Amino acid sequence: MKPMSAKQILMGINGDEAVAYAAKHALVDVCAAYPITPQTIIVEKFAEFVANGEVETEFVRVESEHSALSACLGASAAGARTFTASAANGIELMHEVIFLTSSIRQPVVMAVADRSPSGPINIHGDQTVSLAQRDTGWIMMYCENSQEAYDSTLQAFRIGEHPDVQLPVMTMLDGFVLTHTLENVYLLKEADAHKFVGRRQPMMITIDGKQVPLKLDPKTPITIGPLQLFDYYMESKLQHSEAMEKARPVVTQINNEWAQLTGRKYGDGYLQPFKVTDADAVILTTGSSAGTARFVARQLRAQGKKVGLLKLRTFRPFPDKKIAKLLADVPVVGIFERTHTTGSLGGPIFNEVRSALYDLDTRPTILGYYGGLGGRDVTPDHFRTIYKELLKIKDTGKSPRNPIKYITVRK
Amino acid sequence: MTQESPQWRPKLKDIADQEELFTSGQRLCAGCPAGSMARMAMHALPRPKNTIVSQATGCLEVASTIYPYTAWRVPWMHSLFENAPANASGIEAAYKARKRQGLEDDIPDLLVFSGDGSGFDIGVQAASGAIERRHNFLYIIYDNQAYQNTGIQRSGATPKYAWTTTSEVGKVVPGKPTWKKPIALVYAAHDPEYCATASVYHWRDFMMKVRKGMEKQGPAVIVVLAPCHRNWRYPEELGMKMAKLAVETCFNPLWEYDGETRTYTMSTSSMQYVKDPSKKKPIEEWLEPQGRFRHLFRPTRRDDLIQDFQNLVDEDWEFIKRLTEM
Repeated sequence: MKPMSAKQILMGINGDEAVAYAAKHALVDVCAAYPITPQTIIVEKFAEFVANGEVETEFVRVESEHSALSACLGASAAGARTFTASAANGIELMHEVIFLTSSIRQPVVMAVADRSPSGPINIHGDQTVSLAQRDTGWIMMYCENSQEAYDSTLQAFRIGEHPDVQLPVMTMLDGFVLTHTLENVYLLKEADAHKFVGRRQPMMITIDGKQVPLKLDPKTPITIGPLQLFDYYMESKLQHSEAMEKARPVVTQINNEWAQLTGRKYGDGYLQPFKVTDADAVILTTGSSAGTARFVARQLRAQGKKVGLLKLRTFRPFPDKKIAKLLADVPVVGIFERTHTTGSLGGPIFNEVRSALYDLDTRPTILGYYGGLGGRDVTPDHFRTIYKELLKIKDTGKSPRNPIKYITVRK
Repeated sequence: MTQESPQWRPKLKDIADQEELFTSGQRLCAGCPAGSMARMAMHALPRPKNTIVSQATGCLEVASTIYPYTAWRVPWMHSLFENAPANASGIEAAYKARKRQGLEDDIPDLLVFSGDGSGFDIGVQAASGAIERRHNFLYIIYDNQAYQNTGIQRSGATPKYAWTTTSEVGKVVPGKPTWKKPIALVYAAHDPEYCATASVYHWRDFMMKVRKGMEKQGPAVIVVLAPCHRNWRYPEELGMKMAKLAVETCFNPLWEYDGETRTYTMSTSSMQYVKDPSKKKPIEEWLEPQGRFRHLFRPTRRDDLIQDFQNLVDEDWEFIKRLTEM
């Protein structure tokens, strides 16, 4: 992907550093964070920017992830643009605050360096923890590579702070595969990035007929976070849901603006299809696995096999209608998830995609694959195996009794 | 914050003229001293029109902001049970960063409220971290000695032998088996700019401490004993008397810690019991009117338990005396 409009700087950095540069370029007012592998490089790099006076950010080195997001929440409520980053156990510890941040409608941006949940304790990557946040009301975006991590983090501020949206955004990058791996990344010049991201404008609300900012400001005192019982709670939830719906066009709009500025475009902001239209078999996956799967799909296409890839970039809001449209004529679909769910038929992505296809007149056969758990390498062979199975189902018309499988697991 | 004015003494006449920033209409229980506490604190602010309140979950929070109403005329935020000091850290950071960039003119004063559930137990980590990071805020913990808001469960602030719904008085167990945490000392050991204990009864002492804590540049903590008639089981009009007796029996010694000189000082109201120990009332006078200690007196008087309680109070009192005499 070559830069187009704006002149850009090519740097050899890892995914964590790419996110740190994005936070720097986003004119973040407050960053509060707590160390956890594999996220640490983000805050280490950011600490460097602070120490060198390269940012105006107030960096709060809190004593836990719970406090990290709590401080971001307070800062955001006081009008600041805020950023934090965490992983696995850190995300689980702040889970309570994650729900709250979206319900108080604070557009905090959080990078999640995806790591498997304990236990057994494991520092390497999978997406179980981030996907477990699916009902917290945040916008959620998965990144395929470090370039996308930089791009999506900057976009996240624009999407979350959009006047119609006002919701927090999580950007996910796979632990170690992206966080710690060197890659060529194009960065915008700071001035261009600043122009793109602008300054945060507080949301305006009406109180007693007056327009006041939704902000802790002594000039216009308001109460934030009151007790809402059965008489108002559901209306708040509905408003939250409406905001998430309003985010749908915004994700695409910002993705398009970004494309004009940088030449890099991630499909429609939600999905990036590769040779899906005429495919006999399609794999749908997220994050860094999408790159590996695309590599295999390209090879198989060269061999004349009609396979495709659908990369899911934005998980919330979930692009159910778009998925149904793209997969309507595909006979067999395999969902590869680096996540693990027990006691249900497949993982969260499998379930949501399957549900999205329910209203189709003829539904594809759909299989779910668990793999890459605890950082187990996701190799091209994984996808060769999956495509082979999917094509066999297409040819024989026979689906397996159990649609859920584990890839590369010892018996 | 404004220039420090150690001479500030609240006058009732002046307070009567001040705007109420914690207003009537809130739905605390009749006779709940937490409301008096909040009102007094708001009247003691050095910059009432430039103060932000961060509030932990608890009675004061649920009773004062039942949507769509609010009792607060200052910017006020509640987020969770255990994170009010962390929340405040962020508020301060926001104003600091934005003032530096010319986006704000001023950094407002910050006041944090919590009950003993947050202040003694679930929120200690967040408070400890915020003090260590030297944020500029006053943290007022109103201690009513149990999780009253959730229905009177024991907390780290509940004294020995007290009845709560999770330290039941039964045939073999006479209420809570352990003493309360010396939480004010725990926070004072963090070397904040200021730390103090207070009582809702000693209103002038409390308000002067609030003013002092707010004026300090850096973290300050006040732990104020605020009785709860729902748990303590005394007639609801006796809240202030129960707070007064806690000081008179030296169950609640009033002291201050000054971060600058790193010294502890006994406050005037408790000093009289140092000067004349005969004035110190036996703990029985505080215990007896409280239903939560009923089993120490009825059906049979348990002198052994009353004496044990007295010994614990005396041990604490002697310790505070030594600390403040150093």
